[in-house]
Order: sequence, then C-alpha cells, then structure tokens
Amino acid sequence: MAIETKDIPVRGKQEATVTKEPTFAGPVFSPAVDVFEDDNAIVIVADMPGVSSETVNIDLRDDVLTITGVPVVSDRPEEEFLLKEYETGKFFRQFSLSETIDQGRISATLHQGVLRLTLPKVGPAKPRKIPVQEA
Amino acid sequence: MMIRRMGGWPMWDEAVTAPFAELDRIRRELSRLVESTLPTRTVRPSAGVYPLLNVSHDADNYYVRAEIPGMNLNDFEVSATGRSVSIAGERKIAPEGEQVKYHRREREGGKFRRQLTLPSDINPDNVRARYQHGILMVILPKANHAKPKKISISE
Repeated sequence: MAIETKDIPVRGKQEATVTKEPTFAGPVFSPAVDVFEDDNAIVIVADMPGVSSETVNIDLRDDVLTITGVPVVSDRPEEEFLLKEYETGKFFRQFSLSETIDQGRISATLHQGVLRLTLPKVGPAKPRKIPVQEA
Repeated sequence: MMIRRMGGWPMWDEAVTAPFAELDRIRRELSRLVESTLPTRTVRPSAGVYPLLNVSHDADNYYVRAEIPGMNLNDFEVSATGRSVSIAGERKIAPEGEQVKYHRREREGGKFRRQLTLPSDINPDNVRARYQHGILMVILPKANHAKPKKISISE
C-alpha cells in the first residue's frame, strides 16, 4: 500500500517586517523556519533558496541571533521574463534566545538553500527540581 | 476668447472630431506611465500550485526557475515534451527525533507537480536541468522553427 503523502500547499514568500530603515534597495523576505530544542541544543532550520555559504551571515549578540542571506541570482540581463510568480531578495530574520548559548560551539551547515544552525546550551542542562517549602 | 491647450497636446480639435480616439490615447498614455513606474514589482497572481515559477526566455532558450530548497537530486522528476515542461517531486523533511520540542514549524514537506505550457515549441532532447543553492533551473532550447529569424533588408 502506498504511503499517503500530503501535497505541499503553495505559500507566497513572507516579506520581513524590518523595523529599522533599510539602506538597500529591494524587498526583504523572512525565511520559513523550524525551531526546536532538546536537552543539549537549540536547532534552527531555515529555508533560504539561492543563498550560498559565502552570502549567508549569522550574528549573535546580546541574546539576539540575526540570520541574513543574499541569494545568488542566475538570471542574465538579456533574458526577458514571461512569468514571475516569486521575487528574489535578501533574507532576514531575528530570534531572541532565552537559554544561555555556548557561543564558541555554534555550528552551521548549508545544504541546497537550507541553513541548519545548532546552538549548544551551556553546561549540562539537567532538569532541576526546586523544593518549595510550606511557609 | 482664448482656447487653452494642455502641454501642446491637441486637446481641442481632435477631441471634437474623434472623442474616442482621444480617450484611447489617454488610456494608452496612462498604462505606459504605470508600466514605466512599476517595472521592478512585476509579480503576477500565481496559479496557486507549488512550486512557484519564474519563466524567462532569450533568443535560444526558455528558462524555468523554481525555489525548492533542501531537495536531493533523486527526488526530482523533470520531463519535457514538444511544448510543455513538467516539474514534480517530493520534498522530504526528515524527522528530528522524539525528544525534541518544537517552537516553530513553518517549513512544509510533501509532493508537488506542476506542468507548464510554453509559448512556442522546444527541442525536448536537449533540455537541461540544474539544481544549485536550492533553486531548480530548467533550460529548454527553442525548436529551430520557433527561433526568431533575422530578415535581411535589401534596397
């Protein structure tokens, strides 16, 4: 029996809400992300089609993680567009991190436009039960 | 009595003799203005089918591009016939294990299929496809009889 697989719904690119005034031309998009964590690390997976390892930038300061990426454009000027359903532009997204991150051990990989960022937590994250005493 | 003319356009004589021609001219002028001021944001309403496509052409080829990040080459199925191209596949999002706790889950996986008819015939034997940085590009050479011919003009 064939396994049921759902179809991908079509979703236009989400334009990023940039609060600061941009100093560059063109639209800015917010990449679709998965964010999850286990006891050891927080992992962020972001879809950034067109972005290469040279054009992606990850920055962490004051507990704010900023991901930016500029897509590598392959169109040539002599091409004339017949149909344009998506636009290309810079990717931008910020995350505020609550856990303490071991900044020296952050690692990132990029595979076919998918960025995977592993942010290891500092120290052994043991579940700690805090006893509460009846007063 | 003075008849005022706007910017040297023949507003009076022609407007009387051919009012519809004048309206037509204004309509053309306006659409030309609109087109010239909005050349960068030309995104048209899409077919509502994943993946979204950008299609362009030059003298020799059609170029079909789609943003489908994170695929393996084996999961694509691209085919072309005399005038159409079909892009299908399955985008697999690998499970991350039982222990993880999700905060955000925006990336979508699943099957997709999209077919596109091109404005003129192509040469299906020489179609090439490239997948780089998560963007699929299919290059479809135009059939010889569909290419523009340069006509030499003699005196």
